[in-house]
Amino acid sequence: MTQTSADEGIADGRRTPLHELHVQAEAQFTEFAGWQMALRYPEGTLREHLHTRAHAGLFDISHMGQIALRGARRAAALEALTPADVIDLPAGRQRYALLTNRGGGIIDDIVVANMGAELLLVVNAARTATVLPYLVEEIGSACEIRHLDDLALLAVQGPEAAAAVETLAAGLGDLPFQSVCTPEIDGAPCRVSRSGYTGEDGYEIAVPAPDACDLARRLLAQEGVRWIGLGARDSLRLEAGLCLYGHDIDDTTTPLAAGLGWTWPTVRRPGGARAGGFPGAGELADELAAGSATRRVGLLPEGRAPLRENTGLLDEDGNIVGRITSGLFSPTLGRPIAMGYLRADHAAAATTLRAMLRGRALTVARAALPFVPHRYQRKSNEP
Amino acid sequence: MSELKYSRDHEWLHMEPDGTATIGITDYAQKELGDVVYVELPEVGREVRQGEEAAVVESVKAASEVRMPVAGTVVAVNTALAEHPETVNVDPSGDGWFLKLKPSSPDQITGLMSEAEYQAYVAGIK
Repeated sequence: MTQTSADEGIADGRRTPLHELHVQAEAQFTEFAGWQMALRYPEGTLREHLHTRAHAGLFDISHMGQIALRGARRAAALEALTPADVIDLPAGRQRYALLTNRGGGIIDDIVVANMGAELLLVVNAARTATVLPYLVEEIGSACEIRHLDDLALLAVQGPEAAAAVETLAAGLGDLPFQSVCTPEIDGAPCRVSRSGYTGEDGYEIAVPAPDACDLARRLLAQEGVRWIGLGARDSLRLEAGLCLYGHDIDDTTTPLAAGLGWTWPTVRRPGGARAGGFPGAGELADELAAGSATRRVGLLPEGRAPLRENTGLLDEDGNIVGRITSGLFSPTLGRPIAMGYLRADHAAAATTLRAMLRGRALTVARAALPFVPHRYQRKSNEP
Repeated sequence: MSELKYSRDHEWLHMEPDGTATIGITDYAQKELGDVVYVELPEVGREVRQGEEAAVVESVKAASEVRMPVAGTVVAVNTALAEHPETVNVDPSGDGWFLKLKPSSPDQITGLMSEAEYQAYVAGIK
């Protein structure tokens, strides 16, 4: 048997503060972005995935970069690097934002939280080594930048997440979607947001590394909470239509082509009170006026065989009109799903698409995203 | 029943009394792969070379090629895997078999590992 996708292998790399708990849980490890991460537990990716949708999954996402910005000019400084509205982000709220490059491509997709005295950024593990020096270089003179690498990060996701997290600190069950607070849990200062990467209701909890194992044990003692590995994290996010950096978005894809134009609000668009002023603003204004050349779309390959990343998408005449950027077998739907980019003229039309799989031509249907409806606990109009 | 023979690529082979060889992937292989969601098998009648990637097994995330441990002609495939690919995880060396070959070079079988040799080989990987 020979592996054709870089999924398995000898695990190497830095360990998270929760490593010993994963070993005890008999995790199978994989190297991801320089970290030794739990790929799956004995139950397996399919059951872990379905458990998260039905109950609650606990994810160790301590590999993600956590960066604090301090200083009076921190919000304006960050707005110089992103099309997002940071200045008007209220204290206790967070939002998804994109760091753009001069061409309008995406350097990273991040979450920005306004913690009152500071801005807190959560960046992709694979991008931390790029983003951190970039922030220091670009805005290090305007604000103080600290890498909070002494914090672990846990996610609790699924319909039973709220009940489990409420037992940690009273009131957390009522925290609105995309709100963030700083409760003390068993004496440890934590940062808790109602957010996640699965499409389910859920929370992300930053905790000092020395307290992380105790917190995880408390959560695992709750009815319905189980460890979930990176394998199911990927299938859950794809069902939810969420992008994975380095696959669905990268330096060459723009926020508009990626369908993430909603992260660029009116106030920062041409004619807005704080229009432009970020890398690639001119390019994106042109793209907004002319329309994007490509669009990110949802795809449903016929049959049971998943179509994987980099598979070409063909029109009826066999011309390449797009490519798949993420593809796997959806445990919820019991069929393959994919996301990819299509030339705009094909993205709009209901044209028949085909893809080649091991010498066979498969029909690929267009699908609305997300594949599985989001179940966020919204209490405001924040997207 | 004769014992199973093993390849370095984690396939097993069992010689049946009728002279055909049943082939599947090992328990080690299914554990490494994780939940099997799709198996693609060759057509009956196809001639395969030793080491040829004649079948594909897919987990949620990854695709893996299955190499033929010996050369021969495909005489049967396990069509039940189309509906129940998870059988490969549940019973890899039984109901989760992939295909049956009529070996064209039976001497290739002697080059495969015994159970004890394969277990030592797997222990060396870990």
